[in-house]
Amino acid sequence: MPEESLTAEHHPIDIVNESATTRGPLEWLLATVGRVAFSLFVPFVTFVVLYLGFKFLQKSAAPKGIIAIVAIVWGVGGVALLYLVSNWLVEKLGDTWRARIQPFIFVGPAVAILIWYLALPAARTFYLSLLDRNGQAFVGLDNYAAVFNNRNMFTAFRNNILLWIPFGALFTVLFGLAVAVLADRSRYERLAKALIFMPMAISMVGAGVIWNMIYDVNPNIGLLNAVYSGLTGKAPVAWTAAASLAPWNNLFLIVVMIWLQTGFAMTLFSAAIKGIPGDLLEAARVDGATEPQVFFKIMLPYIQGTIITTLTTVIIFTLKIFDVVQVMTGGQFGTQVIATQFYREYFTSQNAGFGSAIAIVLLISVIPVMVYNLRQFNDREAF
Amino acid sequence: MTAQSATRSKRGISWGQVLVNLALILLVLFWTIPTLGLLVSSFRTRFDIQTSGWWSIFPHREWTTVEEFQPGPEVNRDGVMTLAGAQGTFEQFRQGITTPDGHRVLWLGNKRIGKVQVQNRTWTMNTKFTTENYQEVLGGKTFEIKQPDGSTVTVKGSNFTGAFLNSIIVTIPATLIPILIAAFAAYGFAWMKFPGRKLLFILVVALLVVPLQIALVPILKDYTRLELNGTFLGIWLAHTGFGLPLATYLLFNYISTLPRDILESAFIDGASHFTIFMKLILPLSIPALASFAIFQFLWVWNDYLIALIFIGAKPDVQVLTQRIAEMVGSRGNDWHLLTAGAFISMLVPLIVFFSLQRFFVRGMLAGSVKG
Repeated sequence: MPEESLTAEHHPIDIVNESATTRGPLEWLLATVGRVAFSLFVPFVTFVVLYLGFKFLQKSAAPKGIIAIVAIVWGVGGVALLYLVSNWLVEKLGDTWRARIQPFIFVGPAVAILIWYLALPAARTFYLSLLDRNGQAFVGLDNYAAVFNNRNMFTAFRNNILLWIPFGALFTVLFGLAVAVLADRSRYERLAKALIFMPMAISMVGAGVIWNMIYDVNPNIGLLNAVYSGLTGKAPVAWTAAASLAPWNNLFLIVVMIWLQTGFAMTLFSAAIKGIPGDLLEAARVDGATEPQVFFKIMLPYIQGTIITTLTTVIIFTLKIFDVVQVMTGGQFGTQVIATQFYREYFTSQNAGFGSAIAIVLLISVIPVMVYNLRQFNDREAF
Repeated sequence: MTAQSATRSKRGISWGQVLVNLALILLVLFWTIPTLGLLVSSFRTRFDIQTSGWWSIFPHREWTTVEEFQPGPEVNRDGVMTLAGAQGTFEQFRQGITTPDGHRVLWLGNKRIGKVQVQNRTWTMNTKFTTENYQEVLGGKTFEIKQPDGSTVTVKGSNFTGAFLNSIIVTIPATLIPILIAAFAAYGFAWMKFPGRKLLFILVVALLVVPLQIALVPILKDYTRLELNGTFLGIWLAHTGFGLPLATYLLFNYISTLPRDILESAFIDGASHFTIFMKLILPLSIPALASFAIFQFLWVWNDYLIALIFIGAKPDVQVLTQRIAEMVGSRGNDWHLLTAGAFISMLVPLIVFFSLQRFFVRGMLAGSVKG
């Protein structure tokens, strides 16, 4: 924002008063009308420009490169322009009204988008969960009763709660902690951390391709089967797609999630470990503490908060896990989880009531974390 | 830290240090091998991928034929034969007989006119590499493929270049727009007083846990009414909506911990909220903004579900992940194309990640780590 516009906008009321006293009522009226007209004109022009941009992009007969540039400038610039113009308008108002309206210019767009994209759909899903499969008749809590009596749902709950959370979340946190602690004491810290973090940059679809290749039945393609057949001499196994392995074929999907998420946990732990005062560790070592003692008696208690935060984040992630399963097995062969079950019931079987009930159960199961997060907000002071 | 390393170097190379590095190498290997396998496979020919593992590019011992001959008619094929210093029945020769001096004698083909190979175990490396997979995936041009029966079939390669551009058009605004909106909101929640402030903030945090799948159908219906399906604006807004709760929450965590007296003195100097936000808060929040930007960039670039629902089958707007998923579906066993395609889609996020690596750690430290 340029410097002069700041100072010019700063005392709009003073300027109006000044012109009123020196020039007489007619000029004052004209000036006010002019100001109002101008104030309306600017948003109008903004709107027209944005609308023309939208129309251009919708028709889009221009070459791809030009569309790319226009789209990026229009999208990002448009949002910035909306904030600038609406704030410019508000700062023309008197102090009281400005104080009243300005917060909503800051918070309003975010809240509006959130209500549209998440709050209303969530409310609607709850409403649908009380209706039958076509969304016609009211059935009360029948869908919820069905969710907890359904065989597939039982498998999904078992996989999510007994396999994904204990194995997936726990090992993600353990590996993350191990790498963070080991890397902290190694000379190759940066390289090691970069390589462990790398899977975070890979899409679920890409990860699906990578791991489907590793698990492939053909021992010329699948690394795991090459090792397995080479060592035991037994026939290759379809690791994820073998219903005979159920429920343990889930573990092969969980490995993918651990591989993807360990980098995230590692980064959080690494930062926390760096925050431990160096003299504290040094003093312990000088007093003759062994390395395991330093780790268990000093480091672990010190980063306890981070461990809890990381564990909760990863648990939420595992509860909502969807892509890995969907891409690799489609939730077949006894590998279904809550989210894939929801997807199947809602979209494939078109059972809106049942699917919605699954989503609400998923939503409720994550609420405890939210409550924990809200406590911090209570005692904040603002201007 | 320096004191620590000083004492360590005094002790010289300690066993602890070696153990630490060994364990680290083991973990890193385990984490890198899958991606390495993909990278190597993407440069191998279609035939090689199907017949030998990608790990055969490393030196390994393999049977290679040193001599081949056809046994004469005088050899009694139904009894015990002696060929090239090995003795056994036809069935045993079919399996291959290893002689004491390290040769293997193998009968190929049928009993009457088959051949016998004498093989040696030698060190070999399979280093035949090609960029043809990438050309086929990227170029969108036609390829002539010889079939086993001698006829040629022309195959059209998938056009990844357009999808690549689309991914860029989708990703850049879908990264910047939510950050801008979230930064305004985070400042509002942290430093402005207004009725309903707490309630609205609770709403934002509560929406963190909403699985985005439940929003897909209602939003799709709205989009159909507004004709936003398959438009860039539509997908930007969708990514904005689904990314906003976390963006607002993380940026709030950061902006609310900025020192209060900086803002106080700015207010005394007569600055407005907007000025303070633009001139003070945004520059101060760059670490948090950058780290969230990287994450949002990776999420949007790697997203498949949102693109699938809101772009769908419109080929001129389709993004990279959709193309690859399509390939998984239609050519699930064409590993030579899948690997090349998957690696192309990883290229940009990997470049972003390795070039901005420092920000990850620093930004995370600033934003989300709180005892």
